[in-house]
Amino acid sequence: MLGNEAIARGAYEAGVKVTSAYPGTPSTEVSENVVKYDGIYAEWAPNEKVATEVAIGASMAGVRSMTMMKMVGLNVASDPLYTVSYIGVNGGMVLVVADDPGIYSSQNEQDTRMIARAAMVPVIEPSDSEEARVFTKRAYELSEEYDTPVILRTTTRLAHSQGVVNLEERVEPDDKVYERNIAKNVMMPGNAIKRHIFVEERLNRMAEDANTLDINRAEYGDTKIGVITSGIPYQYVKEALPDVSVLKLGLVHPLPKKLIAEFAGKVEKLYIVEELEPVIEEQVRAMGIECIGKEIFTVQGEYSANLLRKAILGQQPELEAPAQAPARPPILCPGCPHRSTYSVLKKLKIHAAGDIGCYTLGAVNPLGVVDTTVCMGASISTLHGMEKAKGKEYIKNWVAVIGDSTFLHTGVNSLMNMVYNQATGTVIILDNSTTGMTGHQDHAATGKMLNGEPTYAVNLDDLCHAIGVRHVEVVDAFDVERLEKVIKTEVARDEVSVIIAQSPCALLKSFVPKGKCYALPEKCKKCGQCLVPGCPALTKNEDGTVAIDETMCNGCGLCMSRCKFDAIQLKKRGE
Amino acid sequence: MAETKNIMIVGVGGQGTLLTSRILGGITIGAGYDVKLSEVHGMAQRGGSVVTYVRYGEKVAEPIVEEGQADVLIAFERLEALRYAHFLKKDGVLIVNDQRIDPMTVVTGAFEYPEGIIEQLSQKYKVVPVDAMGEALKLGNSRVFNTIILGVAAKNMDFEKEAWVEVIKNTVPPKTVDMNLKAFEVGYAIA
Repeated sequence: MLGNEAIARGAYEAGVKVTSAYPGTPSTEVSENVVKYDGIYAEWAPNEKVATEVAIGASMAGVRSMTMMKMVGLNVASDPLYTVSYIGVNGGMVLVVADDPGIYSSQNEQDTRMIARAAMVPVIEPSDSEEARVFTKRAYELSEEYDTPVILRTTTRLAHSQGVVNLEERVEPDDKVYERNIAKNVMMPGNAIKRHIFVEERLNRMAEDANTLDINRAEYGDTKIGVITSGIPYQYVKEALPDVSVLKLGLVHPLPKKLIAEFAGKVEKLYIVEELEPVIEEQVRAMGIECIGKEIFTVQGEYSANLLRKAILGQQPELEAPAQAPARPPILCPGCPHRSTYSVLKKLKIHAAGDIGCYTLGAVNPLGVVDTTVCMGASISTLHGMEKAKGKEYIKNWVAVIGDSTFLHTGVNSLMNMVYNQATGTVIILDNSTTGMTGHQDHAATGKMLNGEPTYAVNLDDLCHAIGVRHVEVVDAFDVERLEKVIKTEVARDEVSVIIAQSPCALLKSFVPKGKCYALPEKCKKCGQCLVPGCPALTKNEDGTVAIDETMCNGCGLCMSRCKFDAIQLKKRGE
Repeated sequence: MAETKNIMIVGVGGQGTLLTSRILGGITIGAGYDVKLSEVHGMAQRGGSVVTYVRYGEKVAEPIVEEGQADVLIAFERLEALRYAHFLKKDGVLIVNDQRIDPMTVVTGAFEYPEGIIEQLSQKYKVVPVDAMGEALKLGNSRVFNTIILGVAAKNMDFEKEAWVEVIKNTVPPKTVDMNLKAFEVGYAIA
């Protein structure tokens, strides 16, 4: 099982009844697997804040609940997180938060443990798929025992590695009784002051109990070297240094101080091996214990066994140098509707304030139209900020671009702000009817729920009108002529406007290509216009004419619409 | 088996490397090994360079394969073979699909696609080139090229052919079982 599948299994076995999440690599597959189990209600929420509050409500009502997100999702969810830490739980509540060391699919490399410390929420961290299952269940026990939400922290490597997992039966804990208790559940100043005291006590009590907690484990071997580690780095330690002494922490916040002091006293040299920030290391140093950490290890990227062999043992295996090979960065797929929209923006020399999704790839050549990317929903508000800084003329060659799922996540608030504060910018919603980047999850505007059942679909056109946008144009993303006309008109307009550029993602299972494009070399004038949008299905023949790889082509016809010489034709599906 | 075996699958996002790694996972678990697989999801899957690691043995700790450790490197594309060849052990086997997919850095003219990759790598490693796409088109289905590559890899690994067939039957979508088994046979016969 993938680490994420194992967490879903653990949730099932723990008797979880409600989960809510917004997709985010590398956490998405937890939801996609949890929904397969009977007895669990699992949903997609529009964002992580909403999802966390749904889980809080379910916990208050007395059942075990879960929310899952990537680490930047925790930023969105941090508002409820900080306060639910005070409130605690009724039914157990777990937040699965996935960090991304190495930044495989994120916009930064933040460390969830730092937020958890600030929010005074305990963190447990598994090292493989089997532990992911077992620790998920332990998280619920700890949550209910200590009256606290618990963060189960994973990383990309754990979430997306598969390992052998044992299965156990589901337990069905009785629902906890709901009792009105405003001193615990209504966080106004008088109550919060008292709960803050409780939270401090809770953390101290957990730290004391952590010294004997079964998921914190000292494995004594050669005592010349001792390593304190947790999570995936534990595996690198076992691979590189199988004989040394290891203190493996399952609970990484709060730390078991006595256990650490005892371990440190038995080993000659103490290393702290943790990816990202020196969270354990700084606390160990604060205890007055000498240790070696980030002065020899990096705070960036993933670790590996070789990295530890080099840093700790000074071993440098003789390796072949990597060959010089041209880089292969990710690109928009053949038939991607964003390419079509971007080709028009490029032609009109319009800059785009960008957002989070596949369409962030519009920043790089050959499209090169996206200028900024900050976080979910930021495209619209940053464009607004530019206008307020420099005036409406300044943004006449700017738009904001945002996907349909991201728009519903947090973009809609920003659009409301534009209308309210009399902005004049243009927002293009790149509506491909799915959450593309994370692997095609449904959302509030697709008409389908996480369990595949049909449901009400938010109409983006109506939504924009409802919040006061008077000019909303819905355009087929591949109708480049109309798109160009509409963009020119709307950008020139001295009022907020929205263009919904629609066409489904070419990777959707329901996507039916119009056919396949093919090139006629005898008509090709080698002008290269078809190559400008950078479709990977197009290559040049030796003589400079264009060839189209039929196995890759999705028949969108964008290249054909750019050819003035009829050298590209569409073979329609079924012809 | 005392020593852990290391397999790497590299290719271009969208080529279907994940299916192949899952079949490898299935066959190694079926043989009673401890197995770890590591995949890449998310942004890198969009036409970028992708890597999957499969490690199996008595007890596997680290889920990734590092430089100089791979027993078998399965490359779905020539340039990706070149990029990751240094992950091979000196006596490792490189199975390479003899296909060229230009990365955007080549399409835009920033770099040239290297010539003579297979010849160059053959001087250092045992290389098994396969024209998987050509063979797949002969079968009338371009999408099974990855199962043809798998067939070649299977011939270079230590599992019974029947076991492979079983795992393929259990892993691929039911409607495509026959086609995939045919493709596997083609690959198995090449190596």
